[in-house]
Amino acid sequence: MPDATGLELLAQELRDADAGSVLDAIYFREQAALLVAPGAVPATLEHLRATGYRFLSSVHGVDYFPEEPRFGVHYELLDMHEVDRITVRTRVPLADPHVPSVTPAWPSADHQEREVFDMFGVIFDGHPDMRRILMPEDYEGHPQRRDFPMGGEPVLFTHNEPTTPEWWK
Amino acid sequence: MSDLDTRDERLTPALGYREMEESVELSHIAHPESEELMTINFGPHHPATHGVLRLLATLEGETVRDIKPIIGYVHTGIEKTAEDKAYWKAIPVVERMDYLAYYFNAMSFCGAVETILDLDVPPRAQYLRVIHMELNRLMSHLVWLGTTSLDLGAISMFWYCFRDREQILDLFEMSSGQRMHTRYFQVGGVFEDIPVGWEQKVRDFTSIMPSRVDQFMALLMKNEIVLQRLRDVAPLDAQTLLDHGVTGPLLRAAGHPWDLRKAQPYSSYEHFEFKIPVGTTGDNWDRMVVRMLEMKESVRIIDQALDGLPEGPYITENRKYALPPRHELATSMEALIHHFKLVTEGFRVPPGEVYYPIESPRGEMGIFLRSDGSSKPARVHMRDPSFVNLQAFRPMVRGLYIADFIATLAMLDPVLGGIDR
Repeated sequence: MPDATGLELLAQELRDADAGSVLDAIYFREQAALLVAPGAVPATLEHLRATGYRFLSSVHGVDYFPEEPRFGVHYELLDMHEVDRITVRTRVPLADPHVPSVTPAWPSADHQEREVFDMFGVIFDGHPDMRRILMPEDYEGHPQRRDFPMGGEPVLFTHNEPTTPEWWK
Repeated sequence: MSDLDTRDERLTPALGYREMEESVELSHIAHPESEELMTINFGPHHPATHGVLRLLATLEGETVRDIKPIIGYVHTGIEKTAEDKAYWKAIPVVERMDYLAYYFNAMSFCGAVETILDLDVPPRAQYLRVIHMELNRLMSHLVWLGTTSLDLGAISMFWYCFRDREQILDLFEMSSGQRMHTRYFQVGGVFEDIPVGWEQKVRDFTSIMPSRVDQFMALLMKNEIVLQRLRDVAPLDAQTLLDHGVTGPLLRAAGHPWDLRKAQPYSSYEHFEFKIPVGTTGDNWDRMVVRMLEMKESVRIIDQALDGLPEGPYITENRKYALPPRHELATSMEALIHHFKLVTEGFRVPPGEVYYPIESPRGEMGIFLRSDGSSKPARVHMRDPSFVNLQAFRPMVRGLYIADFIATLAMLDPVLGGIDR
């Protein structure tokens, strides 16, 4: 992990390149994270790739409901040479859940960006195949959102088929 | 020279079956295979998919031109369910994700919670975790070896591997009461100390396991058919694998010695001496050998952990996070209060976000955990290695024969419970 000072230096470097890109630098439990503007994600990842973080190990989606901007997308970067990790985070509001996709530059983000779209409804612009991945294609709603109810769907059996009329709709 | 003579010449042992296939003349067939592509559905209910993986394969004759995995058939919403449970009640849910690596799932989750809590795990618990995780790695690799050999047509290997796997499951049953999904790892340590006689049983097992691995290798690694089926099939270089996010034995088979147990040691892995087997070309044969040798290294780690098993508590003494021992409840009011608080509400975790990666049998298993200060996690996301590794399947199998594509899928070692969660 870059230490707290190293993280600040890195954030300053990124701010020098693009003034509005880095919104915050978070250092928690010896893990470093940069909060960046949604539009600045690809450029930030490219900058970090040039400094050695060449492996994108994971993309997470988070729902900060009821806070706004509501959705978070986290990119876990790894420098295998220096054995160093850094997280790039971004936040988007429910009204405009668009993040530029990093899949063209980082093929490892493909499945996980689709998963974030599937579970939270964050749309990754420029993703080559932006479809649902885990839920059925005709599913409505994004189940990992915090306001999505738990266990709302009755399981359909032959015995309760008459009690759920027009279940096929 | 008759037809028979030429055929005999082609079947000289020096030729691989691929060369033999290529030497077959097909021009006399009226419709050349290059004329049309055929897209067929493969799975989800097919034994060779190792679960419920569905693949859309575009074929040209018998050659795979494109492949599209379709997943989600065993999606059970584990991440969503975990959000509705107290931290200690979420452990069994998380364990059921990758059903061949349950100790790793639990370790990853507990590790993430411990990181947010800034909670120290006693050395004895760390060693017990290592022993169980390495036994689990052996078990997972044995299932992989058995099913992979089955896909290659070696049915007896399946029985040999499952014979040894049974022994490991018996050990799990003895130490934690369950054969699978044991819920043995707790936040702050492990559920119970190992029973009397367990250590000897593990030693009996580890004394026999290396020779079993030798037997497997003698059976498979010099087998003409296995060599022809696996050598130089589906090689992928380390850079392509890294681009697609692949970690674990697949990456190590391509010669990249990345192993989190060495690189970022967790749970006292830095105390043990072991090697990281690496391959050279990254073909299916390397993938098999790397996993075989990993089994031997796991045995070495287990032996060292048993030798150096420290005395002391097996779970943290901090009563805010671990249940008090049963006998204390009868005499101590404090213990009763702690017990009541833990069982009803669970413990609260300070707000924060961490990512805790470990080395599972299939690669980097990471859990991202967000806490909002309550006693239930606000977000649990599993970076499951099978899910990410599946992305590399398409570049791996394009241009292969169908038979090789089945073997390559087996070498990928996907666990659909982990992919779909």
